[in-house]
Amino acid sequence: MSTPDIIDTLAGIKPGSALDAIRARRLQARDNAQKSYLSLFEPIDAGDFSLLERAAVAAFVTGLHGESPVATFYRDKLAASAGGAALLEAIEAEIARGKTSGPYGSFPAGPLSVENTAGLIYRVSAASKSVLGARLVAAFEHAHLLVFRPRDAASTDMKALLAAGWSNTGIVTFSQLVAFLSFQVRVVSGLRTLAAANA
Amino acid sequence: MSATVNPPVVFTQDELGWVSWIEPLPEAELTERHFAGLVDRARAKSEYFRLLVRDPEVLEARTKTDKDIFYNVADGLPRAERELAAAATSRYNGCIYCASVHARFASTYSKRREDVQKLLDEGVSADLGERWNAVVKASAALASTPIAFGPDNIAELRRAGLDDAEIVDVINGASFFNWANRLMLSLGEPSK
Repeated sequence: MSTPDIIDTLAGIKPGSALDAIRARRLQARDNAQKSYLSLFEPIDAGDFSLLERAAVAAFVTGLHGESPVATFYRDKLAASAGGAALLEAIEAEIARGKTSGPYGSFPAGPLSVENTAGLIYRVSAASKSVLGARLVAAFEHAHLLVFRPRDAASTDMKALLAAGWSNTGIVTFSQLVAFLSFQVRVVSGLRTLAAANA
Repeated sequence: MSATVNPPVVFTQDELGWVSWIEPLPEAELTERHFAGLVDRARAKSEYFRLLVRDPEVLEARTKTDKDIFYNVADGLPRAERELAAAATSRYNGCIYCASVHARFASTYSKRREDVQKLLDEGVSADLGERWNAVVKASAALASTPIAFGPDNIAELRRAGLDDAEIVDVINGASFFNWANRLMLSLGEPSK
């Protein structure tokens, strides 16, 4: 594959290392995590979710997870995207406003209600709204929900995205992108932790 | 976008259904590109997969990642403990549907149905013995945001007898369910 493996790059896994050998034993998982990345960020058709929107959501989502090589990678990717540099400042401000600890939220009413945990219900600031536009405002608010309190998601959240101009197909790709990044940032963090424990 | 009748309100090992909040593709509209995305043609019968197949390339890559992480058991962690990592992550994030599927698999492969039920009933702090406790604790630490997985989790997994290849399987299995949970929780809801 021409593009270097993103997880290996971000986790600092060198060819020939012990972790490289372990990852080679799950080659299909490794190759398809890479294909997921490529289908999300170099798609055949970006008609329902533009490349700029993908880069903006990725910078926001990975930034919410805290400073890491993954967050730096997607911030740089946004900066390099057409129209991305103009969004950086607002996105940095929204990351700072949106940072909290998860998962939290509510369970369906019943015996699990005793486990309900309150936390930040994030909304984009008035100042950032005009910079980001209606589609990204809705996307950021939904992405924050998915990152920190996925169990709070409700059918009304889908209606909010549709109302902001997202298509059904766009919502699927957007949900995959946020969920995929939730996976990728954890694999990278886990592998880096394991490598450091062996160093 | 209809509300589900009688949604489950507790974690269970029973078989549940799942209904979408937005429109899946109609089966009659699926093309060869979509069938490639579904990987298994039989998935055309599933509302969940007919929804995700709106982006066939992502679905195909995701499905193949999933299958290798969980089913490629030529070496590494036994299947039961990969399923345990998936169930623990789902319990912690609050995905009743994913937890039901993977708790059931964990029970089938481990023959420890009561311990699996204890995880569902009590949550990730349930005492399931040293080895399972280490897997569950590592899964919850990985699922936390900011990620709380650290050297203590590695040390605990090693004390419980896991080697590095097995620890990578825990990392992959738990991380993958942070992907799966967010799709199942946000695009629809479980039904009984």
